[in-house]
Amino acid sequence: MSWNRKDLLGLEELTREEIELILATAESFKEISTREIKKVPALRGKTVVNLFYEPSTRTRVSFEVAAKRLSADVINIATETSSVKKGETLIDTGRNIEALKADIIVVRHNASGAAAMLARHVSISVVNAGDGWHEHPTQALLDIFTLKEKLGRIEGLKVSIVGDIAHSRVARSNIWGLTKLGAKVTVCAPKLLIPPAIEEMGAVVTNDIDAALKCADAVNVLRMQFERDEGAAFPEQLEYFKNYGITNERLAKAKRDIVVMHPGPINRGIEMASDVADGANSVILEQVTNGIAVRMAVLFLVAQAQDKLVVRG
Amino acid sequence: MPDWVDLRRETMKEKATILDKEAISRAIMRIAHEILEKNKGTDALCLIGIRNRGVYLAHRLAERIKAIENQEVAVGALDITLYRDDLTLIAAQPVVHKTEIDFDINNKNLILVDDVLYTGRTVRAALDALIDFGRPKSIQLAVLIDRGHRELPIRADFVGKNIPTAQKETVEVKLEESDGVDEVVIVEK
Repeated sequence: MSWNRKDLLGLEELTREEIELILATAESFKEISTREIKKVPALRGKTVVNLFYEPSTRTRVSFEVAAKRLSADVINIATETSSVKKGETLIDTGRNIEALKADIIVVRHNASGAAAMLARHVSISVVNAGDGWHEHPTQALLDIFTLKEKLGRIEGLKVSIVGDIAHSRVARSNIWGLTKLGAKVTVCAPKLLIPPAIEEMGAVVTNDIDAALKCADAVNVLRMQFERDEGAAFPEQLEYFKNYGITNERLAKAKRDIVVMHPGPINRGIEMASDVADGANSVILEQVTNGIAVRMAVLFLVAQAQDKLVVRG
Repeated sequence: MPDWVDLRRETMKEKATILDKEAISRAIMRIAHEILEKNKGTDALCLIGIRNRGVYLAHRLAERIKAIENQEVAVGALDITLYRDDLTLIAAQPVVHKTEIDFDINNKNLILVDDVLYTGRTVRAALDALIDFGRPKSIQLAVLIDRGHRELPIRADFVGKNIPTAQKETVEVKLEESDGVDEVVIVEK
């Protein structure tokens, strides 16, 4: 099994073997972050550009830390302070970054398909750090990596994804990745937050939170993205917590060792109670640690694939 | 999972068996004695095998050392993929395996163990990797086969067998742990 893609755009197009290769590579990379000198020279001389059109701290920092632990040079472009403000298009920006002889662009954009479009117009590697409502592959990979680490396998697991499925690229990437690896995925949300055709991706839909939790080996709790819905009022948030919030009372009816995940940042008291977020079932901070190993693996694999393309002409 | 060496193997022809099971066993026994003699026992002694076959050899050396001195010696595993200088030159990507060194290497006498010493580039990469883990008192090199053709100023402290080879030949070390059989053969491209 070898990796031949210069880009990582989503999990939809990956085979099971490709996903497993990323996870296995990440497993090897995890140890590096436990060393006194947390650095290997694998990407020495490579330049990684973080191009973020949406606010992000944890994903950007995670990619930055991952690149630096591989000895790459990292440049962060926040579009609020760049020529994007002057109207430069994504493709022009990408081509300029390529002209700077950078090697990898990590891009986040509010338009679905932005990363794929960029990848078609530049010959350097593109890694999707979230495009609109489409995919957020590295988040799903780190969720799956954490699950596998906790439960020893993915095949046959029952995983429930709770929250704003409609606006969630994290949900979509998780569904693609988990089902390819043989897990059974249930999505749970109020009707308005379930997108059409989600069953066609292989997920079971329910509006009943207790049913979603009952047999689940793991629950991935998504953030309610109230900032995307400016009309949302406080009573609406309370209502959501009452009906769908993950609380210890609800977890008491689930499997005792159910794994509780959240991609962060948490709205405490909206999608999840504070004592659940900090409780024994929560792996939220382990997800953050694992995110670095997974992103190191992705950067390493796309850089190597890129080098092979160049060598072979 | 096959690494690049395994893939290349299919296109080659076996020429001669250099060491059989007994000869490998004797060589390891002798190296164990030499390591103990040079280091005056097992104090501050650790073995680090280079993945994959170096790790198996390191464990065998540790067993022999225990049989001789009745002392346990720590064994670590080192994957040097991330330190290679030829990642772009080899046909298929090597899979990155885990590095497992669960002990402090500061002020230790490390025995770096590999199956074949050839250009010296693997050992160069291993030295870079080990220095990132700390400051050992010394690093010594033990190899089952030294086949010559060095491209860097590196030599082994302990050698199972020196085998003069042509560059178009390849030396293959097969071990029970990974290949089901103990033997060293020369193959021709």
